[in-house]
Amino acid sequence: MPDDRVVKRTAPVEARVEAIQGALAERGLADAAAIEDLAHKAQEEWIPRNGARVVARAWADPAFKARLLANGRDAVAELGLAMPAHHRHLVVLENTPKVQNVICCTLCSCTAFTIIGLPPDWYKDLAYRSRVVRESRTVLREMGLDLAPDVEVRVWDTTADTRYMVLPEQPAHTRGWSEEQLAAIVTRDSMIGVARVQGT
Amino acid sequence: MDGMHDLGGKQGFGPVRYTHNATAFHERWEVLVNSLYGNAVRHGVFNMDEYRHAIERMDPRHYVTASYYERSLTSLASLCVEKGLVSREELERRAQGAFPLAMPSAPGRGNAPTRQQFAIGDRVRVRDESVPGHMRMPGYVRGKAGVVVGISPAYPFPDAHAHGIHSDDEPTYDVRFRSEDLWPGSADPALVHVGLFESYLEPAGQSA
Repeated sequence: MPDDRVVKRTAPVEARVEAIQGALAERGLADAAAIEDLAHKAQEEWIPRNGARVVARAWADPAFKARLLANGRDAVAELGLAMPAHHRHLVVLENTPKVQNVICCTLCSCTAFTIIGLPPDWYKDLAYRSRVVRESRTVLREMGLDLAPDVEVRVWDTTADTRYMVLPEQPAHTRGWSEEQLAAIVTRDSMIGVARVQGT
Repeated sequence: MDGMHDLGGKQGFGPVRYTHNATAFHERWEVLVNSLYGNAVRHGVFNMDEYRHAIERMDPRHYVTASYYERSLTSLASLCVEKGLVSREELERRAQGAFPLAMPSAPGRGNAPTRQQFAIGDRVRVRDESVPGHMRMPGYVRGKAGVVVGISPAYPFPDAHAHGIHSDDEPTYDVRFRSEDLWPGSADPALVHVGLFESYLEPAGQSA
């Protein structure tokens, strides 16, 4: 039997992106201005600096911190920060000397990306997703966060539409700093819960 | 579906390839893919549950070797083909090569008829169910018992929403499990919290 199927080499990923872009553009579904707008948001607006401002305000203002822990979505809106319509709920998890919260998404890559920034490669990679729920303390130690034995680890798997962010501990020597100074030392990784804020 | 994407608790992966404050994007095409799929969602071409499910339907061999944004690209293209916007032949002609797409979808399902509301502090058990379609219950909690520590507003039910089936929105519950219950004798001690839709849960007895 003749076989008319031709085994083709997989096109390079850039060529496949161009192919779908061209096809969508021809159908009015890849308007250049809309694509540029989304690219700008992803690179310039959905950045960890947003979450850093939230953390700094929570450290500086106990009343704000209480509102943030009670209703994250409403509290971040006070700082002019929006979340997508389908993120109806932001749960803020407070780290203490005895509790270390860490977030993940074992099924894919879900995060409160408009607040803490789009997730980095390692967050979406197979190793973090498979291991952090089962070997949390080991994974954190490998990533440079060595927790004392009496610290309770709380892992939060973002499997539904609730979004989480970690409120890291404020370094003792930064008490009295301005919100701007505080925001400058808060990292995305500390809001994921795999690092402490150093604040040197 | 019990797909390759359901990675929680799988063993054998090495150290996390961690760099401090790594960037989200490395290549221009990654930014472009992210924008193209976001724009398609904005236009109502597909919803986020369909998008996630199309990633899950990738051939497992492709899934584990593809980068994150290649998975996004594959989902976007697969859904455009499945919805009749563009043919695979056109995509392969434009790309001048093969364009691997996701495997076909299996049927979804509606809300569980026997679902019930829970309150903070309730002991619940994850129903021992498997479905061929989309689901957002990670396999590592199937049949396991935990305690409700949080309740969300109602959201579209993914098992239906990814398949164009009408369903009622449901709250999700943040359920707290002990890692030692999930993987007896084979886990670091921790509390593991999973967001679970109401339809995935049933009341648990007093003993875990």
